[in-house]
Amino acid sequence: MIEFRSVSKQFPDGTVAVDDFSHVLPTGKATVLVGSSGSGKTTLLRMINRMVEPTGGQVLIDGTDVAKLDRVRLRRSIGYVLQAAGLLPHRRVIDNVATVPVLNGVRKAEARERAYELLDKVGLDRALGERYPSQLSGGQQQRVGVARALAADPEILLMDEPFGAVDPIVRADLQLELNRLQRELGKTIVFVTHDIDEAFTVADQVVIFRKGGVVAQAGTPAEILAHPADDFVASFVGADAGRRSLQLQHRPGDDRPLVVDRDGRPIGVLESTVEAAPGAGASAQGGTAT
Amino acid sequence: MTWVWDNLDLIGRLSLEHVRLSVPPIVLGLLIAVPIGWLAHRYRRARPAILTVIGLLYTIPSLALFVILPAVLGVGFLSEVNVTVALTIYAVAILVRSVADALGSVDAEVRQAATAIGYSGWSRFWVVELPLAGPVVLAGLRVAAVSTVSLVTVGIFVGVESLGYLFINGLQRRILAEVASGLVMTVVIALVIDLLLVLLGRALMPWTRVDSRRSRRRRPAAGVVSR
Ligand SMILES: Nc1ncnc2c1ncn2[C@@H]1O[C@H](COP(=O)(O)OP(=O)(O)OP(=O)(O)O)[C@@H](O)[C@H]1O
Ligand SMILES: [Mg+2]
Repeated sequence: MIEFRSVSKQFPDGTVAVDDFSHVLPTGKATVLVGSSGSGKTTLLRMINRMVEPTGGQVLIDGTDVAKLDRVRLRRSIGYVLQAAGLLPHRRVIDNVATVPVLNGVRKAEARERAYELLDKVGLDRALGERYPSQLSGGQQQRVGVARALAADPEILLMDEPFGAVDPIVRADLQLELNRLQRELGKTIVFVTHDIDEAFTVADQVVIFRKGGVVAQAGTPAEILAHPADDFVASFVGADAGRRSLQLQHRPGDDRPLVVDRDGRPIGVLESTVEAAPGAGASAQGGTAT
Repeated sequence: MTWVWDNLDLIGRLSLEHVRLSVPPIVLGLLIAVPIGWLAHRYRRARPAILTVIGLLYTIPSLALFVILPAVLGVGFLSEVNVTVALTIYAVAILVRSVADALGSVDAEVRQAATAIGYSGWSRFWVVELPLAGPVVLAGLRVAAVSTVSLVTVGIFVGVESLGYLFINGLQRRILAEVASGLVMTVVIALVIDLLLVLLGRALMPWTRVDSRRSRRRRPAAGVVSR
């Protein structure tokens, strides 16, 4: 469990990035921080592994104030995935993945062995392990970034717009992959994005920020879609534009109803059961279907 | 030309001597420039002052240094140490800027990533920043090496023998071939050391050699697309 207690951050130049933020991020769940640029998401994320120190309040992991923990050790115990993957360009892919275990004193051969298993896990060919990061595609680099973050088997995974630099198709792929991993591994994930669709796909819990690090609404994707707290949230999630409202169309001779959007375009078929897991229902999930 | 054949021994001996005098200033220069360059990189406000002062060292005439150094170092006027120290100073003058620039050229994103995954400041410098600064440092080192090889010749004015001997002696005795062979060998030594540095760079920085996606993508734009 990660708990923010009245956390504030004012940078030396006077910018207030976060102002009195309190929130609990449950263990084993994916919490997505979403909001427009400059709303303090990265700042919040970095307070968890002490890359940024709060100027007020506390951040606690399982009840322990992170300010009391050794920074370097803390960081090694938390996986971190950056926007451009942030791989070390002078290390082979496999050594990138093995970095943290090696820093922790695991023998190199052993760490590499495990790193190869992680390549399998994130869906990368083992042969890519011998390459340098510059020899991979953006999507592959992101997968390596995720593998590296998982290498020390951390309880917590911080992801700062991890899929921001890849094309929409690869991105969707990576999101689903992350959901699969999450179901399998049950990590506590803190995920930052400014793409609301990505947020709904990945999240168990979403926190929507306004400018200045003020929370507009927090809740499950379904709660937010069904009951946007205000006009800001409604327009942010696209509910105001009717983008989220879907309808069922019953057709003669077919007992399964068709799901259509506002303009009557078919989106899919309503199966008898809809899985509630994140990402499962794709675009129809949580929609105000009637 | 007969002079060359008759004096191959001399040319060979002086060439070796020249190499022996060239290497220490290059190595020492690098070792000294790394911490100073780091300071200039780390303390941004001090950077202009550090780089200017260090850069000015290069403008001190070598002969002036040869006069001053014995007094400062407390060694004899004809000691080889004077030459080594003087040339080290010049190498440092060239390399500090290279090192500062090189460290500055390391991608901020990569530095952040290294911090985020748990490198301490010290290990991050040695394992991440310095290697990634390598290519730019190497470029500076190549300039410093060539400069050192050519400056070693000046040592002859304080009696330290090198290929410079052939210049002075050749001029005095008006033997063009002697001057020319000194010149040619100096250039050859500079080129060989340069080549060795490039090879060393390739061995130590294998990632700079890979055919990265970016350069691969650029190629078809050059025209021919063949399958
Ligand atoms: N080191 C810093 N010094 C001063 N101001 C900063 C610093 N880092 C961030 N800020 C400011 O704090 C605010 C929040 O920044 P932050 O990076 O947390 O935003 P973000 O929500 O992650 O934005 P984005 O979606 O663009 O990544 C911004 O106004 C930013 O300019
Ligand atoms: Mg950000």
